[in-house]
Amino acid sequence: MDTTEPTLHKFDVIEAESVVVRFSGDSGDGMQLTGTQFTDTTAFLGKDLSTFPEFPAEIRAPAGTLAGVSGFQVHFGSKEIFTAGDTYDVLVAMNAAALGNDLKNLKKGGIIITNTAGFDQKNLRLAEYPEGVNPLEDGSLANYQVYKIDVTRLTKDALKDMGLSNKDIERSKNMFVLGVLYWMFDQSPDYTLTFIKEKFSKNPLIAEANIKALKAGLNYGDTTEIFTTRFKINHSNLPTGTYRSITGNHATAIALVAASEKSGLPLFLGSYPITPASDVLHELSKYKEFRVRSFQAEDEIAAVCSAIGASYGGSLAVTSTSGPGMSLKTEAMGLALMLELPLVVLNIQRGGPSTGLPTKTEQSDLLQAMYGRHGESPLPVLASNSPADCFYTVYEACKIAAEHMTPVIVLNDGYIANGSEPWRFPTEEDLEPISVSFTTETNNKDGVFLPYKRDEKLSRPWVKPGTKGLEHRIGGLERENETGDISYEAENHEIMVKLRAAKIEKIADYIPLQTIDTGKENAKVCILGWGSTYGSIKSVSLDLIKEGYDVAHIHLRYLNPFPKNLGELLSGFETILIPEMNNGQLIRLIRDKYLLPAIGLNKIKGLPFTTLEIREKVLELLNK
Amino acid sequence: MSEIIEVPVIEKLTSKDFVPNQDVKWCPGCGDYSVLKQVHTIFPELGVKKEDFVFVCGIGCSSRFTFYVDSYGMHSIHGRATAIASGIKASRPELSVWVVTGDGDALSIGGNHFIHILRKNFDINILLFNNQIYGLTKGQYSPTSETGKITKSSPYGSVEQPFNPAELALGAKATFVSRTLDRDPKHMQSILKKAYYHKGASFVEIYQNCPVFNDGAFFIFTDKETKKTESLFLEEGKPLVFGVNNDRGIKLDGFNPVVVDLNENGNSVNDLWIHDEKDRIKANILAGFQDMKDTNPDLPRPFGVLYAVDKPTYEDAMEEQIARVISKKGKPALDKILSGDKTWVIG
Repeated sequence: MDTTEPTLHKFDVIEAESVVVRFSGDSGDGMQLTGTQFTDTTAFLGKDLSTFPEFPAEIRAPAGTLAGVSGFQVHFGSKEIFTAGDTYDVLVAMNAAALGNDLKNLKKGGIIITNTAGFDQKNLRLAEYPEGVNPLEDGSLANYQVYKIDVTRLTKDALKDMGLSNKDIERSKNMFVLGVLYWMFDQSPDYTLTFIKEKFSKNPLIAEANIKALKAGLNYGDTTEIFTTRFKINHSNLPTGTYRSITGNHATAIALVAASEKSGLPLFLGSYPITPASDVLHELSKYKEFRVRSFQAEDEIAAVCSAIGASYGGSLAVTSTSGPGMSLKTEAMGLALMLELPLVVLNIQRGGPSTGLPTKTEQSDLLQAMYGRHGESPLPVLASNSPADCFYTVYEACKIAAEHMTPVIVLNDGYIANGSEPWRFPTEEDLEPISVSFTTETNNKDGVFLPYKRDEKLSRPWVKPGTKGLEHRIGGLERENETGDISYEAENHEIMVKLRAAKIEKIADYIPLQTIDTGKENAKVCILGWGSTYGSIKSVSLDLIKEGYDVAHIHLRYLNPFPKNLGELLSGFETILIPEMNNGQLIRLIRDKYLLPAIGLNKIKGLPFTTLEIREKVLELLNK
Repeated sequence: MSEIIEVPVIEKLTSKDFVPNQDVKWCPGCGDYSVLKQVHTIFPELGVKKEDFVFVCGIGCSSRFTFYVDSYGMHSIHGRATAIASGIKASRPELSVWVVTGDGDALSIGGNHFIHILRKNFDINILLFNNQIYGLTKGQYSPTSETGKITKSSPYGSVEQPFNPAELALGAKATFVSRTLDRDPKHMQSILKKAYYHKGASFVEIYQNCPVFNDGAFFIFTDKETKKTESLFLEEGKPLVFGVNNDRGIKLDGFNPVVVDLNENGNSVNDLWIHDEKDRIKANILAGFQDMKDTNPDLPRPFGVLYAVDKPTYEDAMEEQIARVISKKGKPALDKILSGDKTWVIG
């Protein structure tokens, strides 16, 4: 929509640096799609943003219930955006349950756009409002700007005479709402129009219905005089360059393809579907043109075992999963560690233990990654800090696995796996090389090949079956140093345990030193984070520094081994605060390794930290 | 018109080439020695380069096999050899992959992987050493032990019914199901070769004697006095004949196998069941013989190839799919994947 055209009624224009919109509705209302479209359009128009999709574990919880509410939150603006926002400026509530569920985090004075058809007696009852209470009518929303729109009827009117079923009409109502939002934020619908045409290219009638509904929503905003507010958000000051929108799981998948291409190793993914990791399997299964072998195994154990087999055969082998799957893969990871073969294990964490909170986020598998195997069995552990960062972290994990002959665990989590952000993506040239060489000749003067003879990185040779003259056997029984023959000898076992540990420690010589993300050395309070808490901590740190407080933010990608300078760096701060979405895991590692009296801030609610939660704790420490 | 077939030049191998510099540590008299011997014997004849053989094993006495064949091999974890082999074969279809497993490894802890590798039909050879006992853990009943079996973990007798491995394999859509014995080297060699030449997952159940914990479990099928009446050696296209003087045959009465005396009037070899490896229904009946002893005590135990059909292998189907997508889409530049379809410029 061209903003220079005169509009048909008067309204206030609010200029804002950033805005948070929450789309909320029933699982069947298409809120994820609506939110994604709004987000992509926003990104396409040059805003920075961060998203937070939040949906129930049930595919279709009973319609209209609180359990069935599906939400999509997007925070966008002209400044750099690091989180999906603590509270929202605009709440789209498609039914009473959505309002009941999500009103609590709407800013005072915020805007509510409702579909009044979702507030009938039945919906109110399902949303557990007391008998006879309708929040749209009882004055309880007086502190907000409420727009009551009968979206269902208006969509029906717009699509009448098209010969559509009630169901198809009902399904288009999210497009009407999207149209209203595009009007409110002065955004062009072109991106979504193209999307609809592509998505429904085989069903022109449905495409037309969606387009009509979208335009009806836009026109509704433009012509009816009920809207008194419109937002104006300037273009962001993101660094110049070419951008795309990316989710963490998507970034993870293409990082694997990139690592395969850069290393020259064929890519093999052994995986078993599990929330929230399945999208990695889905995405990689598309890239057959890159010869990606994606193998949907019969279970989590077969998934990791098939990957071990592929690694043995000379592939870049990966297995992707979440907590319960990690538990099942544990024994096989011990085997891979003993075989000293490259393997990338992706754990897209979710709320645990057991089935826990499958669709909610948590970072509670760090200690499992560190210590969750029997025997002395250290492995490298990395964690991504944002959707786009999943690309770099996973790429780095592949590099470490292949160059150091070891399994590597990557800890992502549901928040960044499903969340998205604009990404100034790299080109192939920008990516660091991954150097792999398969051994084809014996490494021993006497001729007999020594499969466990180590190089300067303490890693052993990688030999592909089919290599003439180097036939040998490997396995899970303890190996004799260098020869790789089975050995039950006492001294040898101790030597091998220490060698395997030293090999992992040695990786610290090859990874970058730890830097301070925001703030200065020796600040009064250092906020130390890992994984998906990055955005919240970053926002808080920037704000507090701007306000004159002496704080710093350090964020870890490498959790094992730690960067070599970490201890020294941390010892310079007066206080170290470690916010984690768990009951205190990194804090144990830090205290254990550096004997530093760090302070924990723990949230275990299946939700990311709000910036306010961290800010309050930091202020408390600063004012001590 | 004559065709020139290029035969790859392969170094002439002998069985010694497959014997590694490693002591074999099975108990004296173990049936495993025989299987090892037959593998060492037939491998040079298969036309496969020594370095292209891969043995994958799990845990158990049988799984020590990996160490005793001088090729590539992995001794892995309990029950998972089949899953690991899937990954090797999917990523390296040109390798000759062999899984050696036992009744505990394949049918108990590794049961899930066992049925799925058969269903997926990777071109892999699975040698299941069935001794109906747990050997390495020193004598507990296994999933193939007979009901009532007295063992260390079942001093009053096992209360479980055993698996019938061939029936399980057929149920799992195996494309090659066979049975042989440690004490019949010639037969085993022929079955191992057939398993190798079968393109698809080949299941070979090998009756293997455990002299320490379950001695003599299968002697009835090889002892001179009982062999002829208790064992039936299947041959493709031939009638089902056994007995001391090949004087017994098997007919089908509906779905019921009936043992007939060929010396008796009216019974002709022409009326007997003719073995057809491709007949899935008959293969199931053959596999079921061992469970019909109560009602049909004269039924022998069938040995040989019970079932063999050609079906596409997983790795071929996967390769074909990749080739199809590449021919349709071409191989794009990595930069295309990094950028995706929709980008925008800032600045």
